[in-house]
Amino acid sequence: MGVEETQEPKTLGSGFITTSLDKLVNWSRASSMWPLTFGLACCAIEMMATGAARFDLDRMGILFRASPRQADVIIIAGTVTKKMVPVIKTVYEQMPEPRYVIAMGACASSGGIFDTYSTVQGVDEFLPVDVYIPGCPPRPEGLLYGLMKLQDKIRAERNTFGAAIGVGDVIHNKA
Amino acid sequence: MSDQAIVEKIKAKFSSEVLGVVEFRGETTITVNKGQIVEICTFMRDKLGYNFLCDLCGVDYLGKSPRFMVVYNLYNITTKQRIRIKAPVDEQDANIDTVSTVWGTANWHERECWDLMGIEFNNHPDLRRILMPADWEGHPLRKDYPLQGPDREPYQGRLS
Repeated sequence: MGVEETQEPKTLGSGFITTSLDKLVNWSRASSMWPLTFGLACCAIEMMATGAARFDLDRMGILFRASPRQADVIIIAGTVTKKMVPVIKTVYEQMPEPRYVIAMGACASSGGIFDTYSTVQGVDEFLPVDVYIPGCPPRPEGLLYGLMKLQDKIRAERNTFGAAIGVGDVIHNKA
Repeated sequence: MSDQAIVEKIKAKFSSEVLGVVEFRGETTITVNKGQIVEICTFMRDKLGYNFLCDLCGVDYLGKSPRFMVVYNLYNITTKQRIRIKAPVDEQDANIDTVSTVWGTANWHERECWDLMGIEFNNHPDLRRILMPADWEGHPLRKDYPLQGPDREPYQGRLS
């Protein structure tokens, strides 16, 4: 009559989880999209309202950064004049990759009502835009929806980490 | 001193330069030749007390001759009186003497006027573009400048 010693089933413990590298990388990127503090016109007022207490971008891990070196997203919030183009280009090029562009409002998307000699007819003439947000200006809910669309897009990316260290190319899936 | 008295003083001093005087809704406008604009402005400042240049701008009367008009809106801070001086500028000879020596603020106003209207200001200390990009060609506030820029098809009206 012997009491058998109960043996703990051999597990790896509870200190970790398993996932794919893509999921981990995309989760961290989509959960901390830091936009550049960069406003050009009235859309910037709505962007500030989105960042402030009532709509509170911080709860989504979206914190405005004052330096392009620390930013992941640039929200083109307002009318882009031709004189502003070299400035935006410089700021965009200063951002580390991966970097994303949101064209906020009618002006940034298409020039809006400013169909004139001095206005760029859409920021996609010189930047690769990921998300276009319609509206003049878009309400904070619109900007939030656009940011969530960008999160969906980031989550659908594959092999961005691999491509960064030189293994294969990025695969862009439809979000 | 009433506007009437001020006009009489200018007429007495620059009789051959004054082209016309218009009074409309309490605002007096004196049109003068561009030749002695600096002397007239100095006189306005020193003898009549118009120590502040509110605005200096250009107007394009396309199709009329002379085509341009340079407008000086003056203000007397002591008596709170305003007066307007206009000087016609021809298209072929689109230049006028600078008054930046009379009122320092004219410097940037004249740069803007040259930038957007293409009216040159003789003896200006720093006549370069102020609003448009430095490499811009043309003067976009002229009436014959295409609204959407020279590199685009002109607007044909709404298609729908």
